[in-house]
Amino acid sequence: MSGTSAIEKHTIAVLVDNEPGVLARVIGLFSGRGYNIESLTVAEVDAREALSRITVVTSGTRMIIEQIKAQLDRLVPVHKVRDLTDEGPYVSRELALIKVAGTGEHRVESLRIADVFRARVVDSTNESFTFEMTGSSDKLDAFIRLMEPLGLVDVCRTGAVAIARGAGGL
Amino acid sequence: MSAPAPAAPSATEALQPGAEVLLRALKDQGVDVIFGYPGGAVLPIYDAIFRQNAIRHILVRHEQAAVHAAEGYARSTGRVGVVLVTSGPGATNAVTGLVDALMDSIPVVCLTGQVPTHLIGNDAFQEADTTGITRPATKHNYLVKRPQDVARTVHEAFYVARSGRPGPVLIDLPKDILIGPAPYTPPSEAPHRSYRPQRDPDPASIARAVAMLKGARRPIVYAGGGVINAGPEAAAALADFVRHAGIPITNTLMGLGSFPASDPHFLGMLGMHGTVEANLAMHDCDVMLAVGARFDDRVTGRLDAFSPGSRKIHIDIDPSSLNKNVPVELAMVADAGRALAALNAAWRADETKQDRSALAAWWEKIEAWRATKCLAYNQAHGAGALIKPQYAIERLRELTAASGRDCFITTEVGQHQMWAAQFLHFDRPNHWMTSGGLGTMGYGLPAAMGVQIAHPDALVIDVAGEASILMNIQELGTLAQYRLPVKVFILNNEYMGMVRQWQELLHGGRYSESYTASLPDFVKLAEAFGAVGLRASRPDEVDRVIKEMIDVDKPVIVDVVVDQTENCFPMIPSGAAHNEMLLGPQDKQVEGPVSEEGMVLV
Repeated sequence: MSGTSAIEKHTIAVLVDNEPGVLARVIGLFSGRGYNIESLTVAEVDAREALSRITVVTSGTRMIIEQIKAQLDRLVPVHKVRDLTDEGPYVSRELALIKVAGTGEHRVESLRIADVFRARVVDSTNESFTFEMTGSSDKLDAFIRLMEPLGLVDVCRTGAVAIARGAGGL
Repeated sequence: MSAPAPAAPSATEALQPGAEVLLRALKDQGVDVIFGYPGGAVLPIYDAIFRQNAIRHILVRHEQAAVHAAEGYARSTGRVGVVLVTSGPGATNAVTGLVDALMDSIPVVCLTGQVPTHLIGNDAFQEADTTGITRPATKHNYLVKRPQDVARTVHEAFYVARSGRPGPVLIDLPKDILIGPAPYTPPSEAPHRSYRPQRDPDPASIARAVAMLKGARRPIVYAGGGVINAGPEAAAALADFVRHAGIPITNTLMGLGSFPASDPHFLGMLGMHGTVEANLAMHDCDVMLAVGARFDDRVTGRLDAFSPGSRKIHIDIDPSSLNKNVPVELAMVADAGRALAALNAAWRADETKQDRSALAAWWEKIEAWRATKCLAYNQAHGAGALIKPQYAIERLRELTAASGRDCFITTEVGQHQMWAAQFLHFDRPNHWMTSGGLGTMGYGLPAAMGVQIAHPDALVIDVAGEASILMNIQELGTLAQYRLPVKVFILNNEYMGMVRQWQELLHGGRYSESYTASLPDFVKLAEAFGAVGLRASRPDEVDRVIKEMIDVDKPVIVDVVVDQTENCFPMIPSGAAHNEMLLGPQDKQVEGPVSEEGMVLV
């Protein structure tokens, strides 16, 4: 344990029973103990075993990060807790839907940038585009920043999902 | 929600109403007593209780008291305490008790009634979102929505309550589930699918601990309630270790009794109102073995000044207790008993010698601290002399010991609690029940009820203050109904004493709302509930009332009128370090040590 007070950002994967209240337990733990949630995603990943996977991105000192993992792990419906940031390389992706309204040059420019970022148009009217984009959270941030002067109307993001690189499973 | 395949009930086995299945599951879990209070949503359970004799029901007068009684039962027996309350207000009244059990790691299973499943969410009469409200108040909770889950959930709840770091578990039971037909499933032997706490210590860590402790020049053991929760074998292993290694030991409030107080290795309790020798030894030690303790703020004082020069070993069953407040060099997840047994074995197998001369010098230093007699007080005996609360507690210790009875102590919360912790000596585990983590006034009387139910022939005493006792005074009715000869020993200073002490020391003597005006006449109050009321106002009356209290085979309230100005010392002011203790009234002008940072601490 280093007594460092540097703030670290960690991506943590949590495998839980898919039962009523389990998300409330996880979120309540963060709010009740004053931990940060930068993003949190959850969905069932194994219907037969009724297991859901939560990906939570959080930040804190090393001591707080260790606390968060220990606190998560002692929740009864939690099967596994893995700190992807600590345990080696991992892939993290986020999906966003981004609506941009405008005409003329702004409209053309947004489409051009979308092409560069490999965003797809999933809805279009004469005055608007809705882009779908998948990528790292940083890439999404960058794209959204570029859309702002071009008539950004709405942003909807999933939060990060993440998985370790290599052959091993959770 | 697939359970690890318990044997499916045979088709021929008759379905029973959910309430019957519930009771059968409780019986299979070895439950012999339930503390509860009826109401609309749990009527089917009360009907089932009426028609059987295996499980006894104790009718309390308030649901909070039911939980504290179950805590007293659990802590004095090592078994799981069981509570039964109705929906809505029954459940919300139980919340304080549940949090109390959570903070002090007491295994309790609380059954709550709920409105029928089809009404949940409709704001029905006596409906509350019980699982929502109690999620942060319990170790785990369940809402049973299908009849086939009743028995399995009960078995799982007992497993969760007593395994790992024990705690309260709540089961919310909708009324239609209690009435409708349900199958019974026996307890499953299969391991739980997700909750499997680690109990055995890592052998390499044990070896490192032995090396660190053998190399220590100024070692100390700091043991807490986890040792008591790990069972009497754990306390025996602790005593074996401490005596064999010749190391001084201090206990937390919750850990009192885990090591014999009469043993010379014992330095007394540590922390805010701990002894000089315990706190200074913690501050100056070079190797600390913390076992079943959690470095709580009442123990550590100012964190950055807590035992600054020591290498720390921490053994705990709960991984989240390790490195939470204080970073340690060696953290070990394990059951305290198993870890101490492994430590003893490894210690004896290892041939390294301790530095006995350094240890002797360490003890010399400790004996010098001990010689300050930090708990000393002056009891005058002349005309007009007032009873010092410490004197009353010391006489209680001497006279209960002289009685030869098996004596259990509970307390309320405040100055009297600290004096009890300082002056009563516990040589065995499970004989001291107090609200440590939550600090719940009103805990002691119902907890004493639970202890007395579990130990009908024992001498059970609630050391109380006149303010705390009024918080669950209605339980005198329960004592009367079940003829429980619990003794309530009130140190009556007409103040919320600890509040008054802090106001005196930290708030310029402005005694804002801490005087308990309009107190009842406790002697008459006792009589009104069929108990015996006694009063002592002069030092020479103390022995008489204590002896009479012990001898009377009835509930007794003793009203000991004590010196209103007495404060609880030593005291580490909030925000101060272990070596900045206030030793007595001569130190009562707190000037330097309490920083603004300290003032905001509780």
